[in-house]
Amino acid sequence: MFEMFFTFMRIGLFTIGGGYAMIPLIEEQVVRRKQWLTAEELIDLIAVAQSCPGIFAVNISIFVGYRRQGIRGAFLCALGAVLPSFLIILAIALVFHQFRDNWVVERIFRGIRPAVVALIAAPVFRMARSARIDRYNAWIPIASAIAIWLLGVSPIYVILLAAIGGYAYGQYIKE
Amino acid sequence: MLLLLLKLFWTFFLIGLFGFGGGYAMISMIQAEIVNHHHWISTGEFTDIVAISQSTPGPIGINSATYVGYSSMVNAGYSHAWGVMGSLTATFAVVLPSFVLMLLISKFLLRYYNHPAVEHTFSGLRPAVVGLLAAAALLLMNSENFGSPDESPWQFAISILLFAFAFISQQVYKMNPIHIILLCGLAGLILL
Repeated sequence: MFEMFFTFMRIGLFTIGGGYAMIPLIEEQVVRRKQWLTAEELIDLIAVAQSCPGIFAVNISIFVGYRRQGIRGAFLCALGAVLPSFLIILAIALVFHQFRDNWVVERIFRGIRPAVVALIAAPVFRMARSARIDRYNAWIPIASAIAIWLLGVSPIYVILLAAIGGYAYGQYIKE
Repeated sequence: MLLLLLKLFWTFFLIGLFGFGGGYAMISMIQAEIVNHHHWISTGEFTDIVAISQSTPGPIGINSATYVGYSSMVNAGYSHAWGVMGSLTATFAVVLPSFVLMLLISKFLLRYYNHPAVEHTFSGLRPAVVGLLAAAALLLMNSENFGSPDESPWQFAISILLFAFAFISQQVYKMNPIHIILLCGLAGLILL
């Protein structure tokens, strides 16, 4: 029970730069190590968490917690994901007003930022395998990436369209 | 004082409820509501908060709610203790809507995960999520994270090296991401 709390606390503590940076950590801890989710379930969960309002990383923690231990588990996981950043920001607000001008912190973050980008890029290829991307459906991730990256389309529209497309294709065309 | 806390709660509840699209979308809502509408914090303070939220651990939405909740109370003339109450209120309020919604969705998903309609929907979603993640990585490959080759060639070169190191050690050697982050932070401290 508290294992889940501490797992998400560790994930929250090392997530720098927003929700997507959490994915490699969740992959490592929740999928590979604890095996609370399969790689495929994680992809589905990312789609769901992204299309719900609120904070991506917290949404993921709520689902994992609920599935393992019901509402109590959901509460503990969400608390674990939120607590480290809450305490750190509170400490900064209370004490370190010049936090960002601190050259030690600035240098450390200059080193971490490119690594975080790499950590977000790496799961793309692993997920392509779990999502069973082949030459017939490779256009879907490529088109989605270009729409968001170059055309500035909101990921929510991409997800909505993909959901409707997948549903319609499965219900009416494949049958 | 209680009125301000209630207002903070309500405002962040709405931000949590309509905050589709992650941290950055939330930041623009906070700006509209807290800075432009309620004037609880100034524009300068807001920029600082965004910068701090981005460079500290944790989801950006949580970080900014915590900081704004604190600053709003202190700016209104209340003590640090009430500032802490403000950050508790704002953080709780921003998480609450998605907590309830995610619980309902989790319940539904766990029950109907194998239903053909749900399966078909996810078969369309999965490839799109791969693209979504690729776009997130591509969008982050900018001068803010890597430095620019003209202005800071040394930082740019080191950044590319750290990127390659992190990518290979994660992709090929399955190194723990936490260790990668710690090592690259140390490298940044020494080299940058």
